Amino acid sequence: MGVDFSALRTLINRYCAGEENWVDSRTVYIGHKEPPPGADAFIQQRFPDNRVVSSKYTFWNFIPKNMFEQFRRVANFYFLIIFLVQLIIDTPTSPVTSGLPLFFVIIVTAIKQGYEDWLRHKADKAVNQCPVSVIQRGKKIKKESFRITVGDVVFVKEDETFACDLILLSSSRDDGTCFVTTASLDGESSHKTYYAVQDTKAFRTEEEVDSIHATIECEQPQPDLYKFVGRINIYMDNEAVARPLGSENVLLRGATLKNTEFIYAVAIYTGMETKMALNYQSKSQKRSAVEKSMNSYLVVYLCILISKALINTVLKYIWQADPNKDEPWYNERTEAQRQRHILIRAFTDFLAFMVLFNYIIPVSMYVTVEMQKFLGSYFIMWDDDMYDEELGEGAVVNTSDLNEELGQVEYVFTDKTGTLTENNMEFIECCVDGHVYVPDAICNGQVLSGAAAMDMIDTSPGPGGREREELFFRALCLCHTVQVKEEETVDGIKHGIHQGKSASFYISSSPDEVALVEGMKKLGFTYLRLKDGQMEILNREDEIERFELLEVLSFDSVRRRMSVIVRAASGDIFLFCKGADSSILPRVISGKVDEVKARVEHNAVEGLRTLCVAYRPLSPEQHQEVCRLLSGAKLALQDRDKRLSEAYELVEKDLILLGATAVEDRLQEQAADTIESLHKAGMKVWVLTGDKMETAAATCYASRLFRRNTQILELTTKRVEEQNLHDVLFDLSRTVLRHHGSMTRDNCSSLSNDCTDYGLIIDGATLSAVMRPPQEDLNSGSYKEIFLEICRNCSAVLCCRMAPLQKAQIVKMIKASKEHPITLAIGDGANDVSMILEAHVGIGIMGKEGRQAVRNSDYAIPKFKHLKKMLLVHGHYYYIRISELVQYFFYKNVCFIFPQFLYQFFCGFSQQPLYDTAYLTLYNISFTSLPILVYSLMEQHINMDILKKDPSLYKDVAKNSLLRWPTFIYWTVLGVYNAIVMFFGTYFLFDNTTFTSNGQMFGNWTFGTLVFTVLVFTVTFKLVLDTHYWTWINHFVIWGSLVFFVLFSLLWGGIIWPFLNYQRMYYVFMQMLSSGPAWLSIILLITASLLPDVVKKVIWRALWPTITERIQRFRAMKRFERAPASPCSDSLLDGVALTEA
Amino acid sequence: MMASSYNAKEEDGHHSGSSSHGGPGAIKSKKPDNTAFKQQRLPAWQPILTAGTVLPAFFVIGLIFIPIGIGLFVTSNNIKEFEIDYTGVEIDSPCYICAKNFSWNSTTSCVCSVNFTLDQPFESNVYMYYGLSNFYQNHRRYVKSRDDSQLNGVESNLKQPSKECEPYRTSDGLPIAPCGAIANSLFNDTLELFHINQNGTKQRVNVTKKGIAWWTDKHVKFRNPGGSSNLSVAFQGTAKPVNWRKAVYDLDPEDPENNGFINEDFIVWMRTAALPTFRKLYRIIQKKPNSTPTLSSGRYVMEITYNYPVLSFDGRKRMILSTISWMGGKNPFLGIAYITVGSICFFLGVVLLVIHHKYDTRTNSAEIPN
Repeated sequence: MGVDFSALRTLINRYCAGEENWVDSRTVYIGHKEPPPGADAFIQQRFPDNRVVSSKYTFWNFIPKNMFEQFRRVANFYFLIIFLVQLIIDTPTSPVTSGLPLFFVIIVTAIKQGYEDWLRHKADKAVNQCPVSVIQRGKKIKKESFRITVGDVVFVKEDETFACDLILLSSSRDDGTCFVTTASLDGESSHKTYYAVQDTKAFRTEEEVDSIHATIECEQPQPDLYKFVGRINIYMDNEAVARPLGSENVLLRGATLKNTEFIYAVAIYTGMETKMALNYQSKSQKRSAVEKSMNSYLVVYLCILISKALINTVLKYIWQADPNKDEPWYNERTEAQRQRHILIRAFTDFLAFMVLFNYIIPVSMYVTVEMQKFLGSYFIMWDDDMYDEELGEGAVVNTSDLNEELGQVEYVFTDKTGTLTENNMEFIECCVDGHVYVPDAICNGQVLSGAAAMDMIDTSPGPGGREREELFFRALCLCHTVQVKEEETVDGIKHGIHQGKSASFYISSSPDEVALVEGMKKLGFTYLRLKDGQMEILNREDEIERFELLEVLSFDSVRRRMSVIVRAASGDIFLFCKGADSSILPRVISGKVDEVKARVEHNAVEGLRTLCVAYRPLSPEQHQEVCRLLSGAKLALQDRDKRLSEAYELVEKDLILLGATAVEDRLQEQAADTIESLHKAGMKVWVLTGDKMETAAATCYASRLFRRNTQILELTTKRVEEQNLHDVLFDLSRTVLRHHGSMTRDNCSSLSNDCTDYGLIIDGATLSAVMRPPQEDLNSGSYKEIFLEICRNCSAVLCCRMAPLQKAQIVKMIKASKEHPITLAIGDGANDVSMILEAHVGIGIMGKEGRQAVRNSDYAIPKFKHLKKMLLVHGHYYYIRISELVQYFFYKNVCFIFPQFLYQFFCGFSQQPLYDTAYLTLYNISFTSLPILVYSLMEQHINMDILKKDPSLYKDVAKNSLLRWPTFIYWTVLGVYNAIVMFFGTYFLFDNTTFTSNGQMFGNWTFGTLVFTVLVFTVTFKLVLDTHYWTWINHFVIWGSLVFFVLFSLLWGGIIWPFLNYQRMYYVFMQMLSSGPAWLSIILLITASLLPDVVKKVIWRALWPTITERIQRFRAMKRFERAPASPCSDSLLDGVALTEA
Repeated sequence: MMASSYNAKEEDGHHSGSSSHGGPGAIKSKKPDNTAFKQQRLPAWQPILTAGTVLPAFFVIGLIFIPIGIGLFVTSNNIKEFEIDYTGVEIDSPCYICAKNFSWNSTTSCVCSVNFTLDQPFESNVYMYYGLSNFYQNHRRYVKSRDDSQLNGVESNLKQPSKECEPYRTSDGLPIAPCGAIANSLFNDTLELFHINQNGTKQRVNVTKKGIAWWTDKHVKFRNPGGSSNLSVAFQGTAKPVNWRKAVYDLDPEDPENNGFINEDFIVWMRTAALPTFRKLYRIIQKKPNSTPTLSSGRYVMEITYNYPVLSFDGRKRMILSTISWMGGKNPFLGIAYITVGSICFFLGVVLLVIHHKYDTRTNSAEIPN
């Protein structure tokens, strides 16, 4: 499909946050059959057809629309204005000088976008014309996809993709279910089960389906993929039966049917109204800090430009006040020029000055920055160190706009499960009433009777205990949503599972559940399958037990538990519930709570993920009550979710605790090392997890986020219950600030271990209390401030029990705090998407929980450990590179334009350009563009191994340090200095004398050419001085562009160009080179221009070296010692020290 | 300076060699190529600028620049230059009357003579310049007011001059040749130099007007229109520039190689000066074959046919006599600049030496992590 789903989650989250709103409803008539008289009035609503249009342009509107979009960018618009001014009024430079580069850029972009849109058109066409089987009058008819209308009954075979949003009517499976993978929608590759409407699941042939007489009422299309509310009215024997429809009945366009032979379903949303199409929206663009600096520089330069033009215009009119200067006899205006009103003249003069100086903001900078980002991102993708053999994937770059932002990260927000840890769940133990069971490591399917218990409380469970133990195992076998993926025939399944060789295997959206069910298998209870609403279990005696599945109270992250209601063969009805201890224990009325709790806490400290299991026997009356509650809630059209959760709340109570399980999630390799490096690099690492505090804290210790000497501050529900929030917060802030006051941060930062640093643990509930908007009572409004203050002084923060949206809230809060730090969020699962989208840089881990995180991220890496290289090496390099690129671009254009400004004072402010048109046009395009581009792709001021080994180097570039105003001013002043040297150097050389040996004189074009030659060499040598990493490519490009400049000048002046109406450059360059003083002055002026920069560099390096510079020096020394005979020649121009690599 | 050694890391060489040629038809894997380029491990020369390494360069630059500067300065000082202003602003100046009574309509030329004395003899070739001040030849309106195609002898442009020439494009309906403000304002004073012998007789100083324009201009860029040797025919149907007293084909009737567009005075004028005060080469006084100086010291008189008005825009006119060295005319700037930059470099070298000894050695021994 040519549709991009990257932005999927943005909207989802937006809608998840809001209340369910059933804005408007639509009625769908299945098979376009009118309802029987007496039912609601038959109103045929009009719906769009199933055509999907993802393309942006049509053949006709491409040019205007694309041009409009491109010129909406401020820079393009600016250049267009300049170009138009050049066209309209009489300006010093020809429109070609700005038109050529601008239209080159515009046309290249248009071609690229046009091509992409053409691909989209093709994809749309393929999608829209793909054949679909539709049932009409009891027969299957092939239709093109785009002809499907709402109400059509569609027939879908296995492995086909749904062409529109459908309500499942019936499937080839007896139980009316079908399996679907939504990999292309949200990236979850696991199979999800969808259910047919119970009353229609029996209609399994074309004729039968065609006889269904029903209407569907449902909400108008909404973009939320996981919400749907509707109702189906089935008319049987003129009697309407209403059934609720939920998201489990809706098959979304883009999903694929799996493991099901065929289904019949009815179209409810088509074309652009499908949920997929509604979710098709581009991600909001993130802008990097560098880009922001660039834009503010741009504003400064725009001001400089305007003031230059203004000054010149004013001076021009002062100078011209004398008519003999304005119009001497030798230089008269035309009649038309004389007639023009003085104001118009002044205004056109102002514009002409603007045009003359407009190169100070060059088109090519944007192009170069874009190219640098685009090409530079390939180095990330190519990086072998970030390639994971196991996954077979390397790093992925989704947005190249943020490369340099990787070098600026101050806060890292990381998910725990799947990011810090492997998300490879392994069942470790379970505990029933205090007895601990561990599956044998080399389990061969044999039953491990309770013997493996290694508990300290008591080892031999009594006869009652035995019963409880089996109930516990059964509970775990039943209470889940795991599916069995069948690879073979029905007979084979049993065999396969029993043998432990997975001819069939378990699939679930939660890896914990799989681990539990597999763990149970090792303990003797094997879950076989769900068939006809019967769950089959193979018990220790190899007997099949059947339980009728009555209800599933599915898991959600708010309740943090799930339940099933089953009827055993004996007829007893049980509710089995499993969930986080915090959500189970308060609902327990009996059971060995204390023993289990102790064990759970013990396990949690070990870093294991724990779940508690409980049950509740239900009498038939109670069951009736439960059914009534649940179906009432399910049938509700409004506030269904709320009512459902209320119903769940009522049902899941009076539980009897059975025991607890522990599942291990191992730390990812080098996670600890990575975290330590990030810490050393001055980043603050926050772990945001949904896990319980103890588990998360253990992981944090294991990953060295907290060290032994870290003083842990707790801000948890428990503590807040004891004191009130206000006091706790003030307590903590006092602790932190006292420490802060007593010793300065610098002393104890980096490496010294003697100083205590703080770690904060906060849980979701407390966090929401902290973040709650201020109330009327005293200073609760400042809680957020105090909290931020505490966080600022903690090196590590652990936030546990977080809902996905809270993760994003935290990121947002830090982003908005007064320093505006750069944040990075890294995660692997759907629950991390919100924070990935919120943070400045979002990084996805290619984990087990689908690929939503990867799709929504800016960068994706296979493993957490790759973050180290990503930030410390790539981020650092890109920051260095792009900051030099930006500064250098402004610098070289100051050098370029300032002499023109100075020249105005000597040519009567007449806007006479100093340089020839060709030089004006090509300066930024070809003479000086490639060296800086190559520099910005190749520069490595320090070897990458050192960057990795010494993370503290990252601090050298923190806080946008290379693009601060002082640096910018330094570069600008340097540019102005160079311009003055070049201009006045040439001025004094030309001053009223000749410098040829034959007495002939040079004119103004030679003057400009001399300045320009010095200029090109100076700015190129400036880059030479800044380059620390000279590969052959750098040599080739730098010397190559100088050679190109010389050759071009020779050629440009060597021929009478027939197509030009002026020949002012004819032999100018060669005549200039034939003069000795010209050579001498070129050398002199280049030296004088570069001198201050070299001296500044050397002195700064000697007196106030940064860590980076120290290490460079140290490396050079070491190399020098190793090779004492290192050739140390020096050059006339730059005196670069030559040390071998 | 490029001659320093390259030293690839051993492991890079191995990697890049081995895996990049790993079977072209192999299964397409997402695994990135392990080439030195893609892994950003290309062998590279990694120079750094430190006080220690820059030091020698500074001394070397100082040591080279100062002698060059001295040489240039001495050369410049040895050049003899004589300059005389003949504008006629002051009442007692000989050309006061000519300047005062200037009128565009007068048919007769005003002639004035300026006496001057050369204190020193001028050896070798002497170059005679006229200089103008406050004359904006680099004014944009002026610079572009020409038609290079017309000057290159293109017929169509002769009859249809470029619009850039306005308002000096046509005159009485006829196209102007050469058109434009530059050509129109051609400097038309005639300067003649006489040596006053001991006995008081005037002896004309022989001058040549060949070689005052760039060779390429005279032979390529400027061409007379038409193949005909008779220039007045070639220029038929065109008008002379309004301020000219004679037509373009009468600029130098004696020498057909110096007439029309390829008149060297005209070409020199057409090369617009860079600055408002400028000089242009007017004549060359060839050195004499014998050892007598080209211009011996003594009294001279310059006879000026005063045609060119400059008072209206506060301009000045000068005549300059100058000898030339390999580095051109008298200009102490380059020498002084070289000496200055050289001395600064030398001085900075000393400063850096101090810094190097005080600080660089300290940082070397300083603790460095790893």
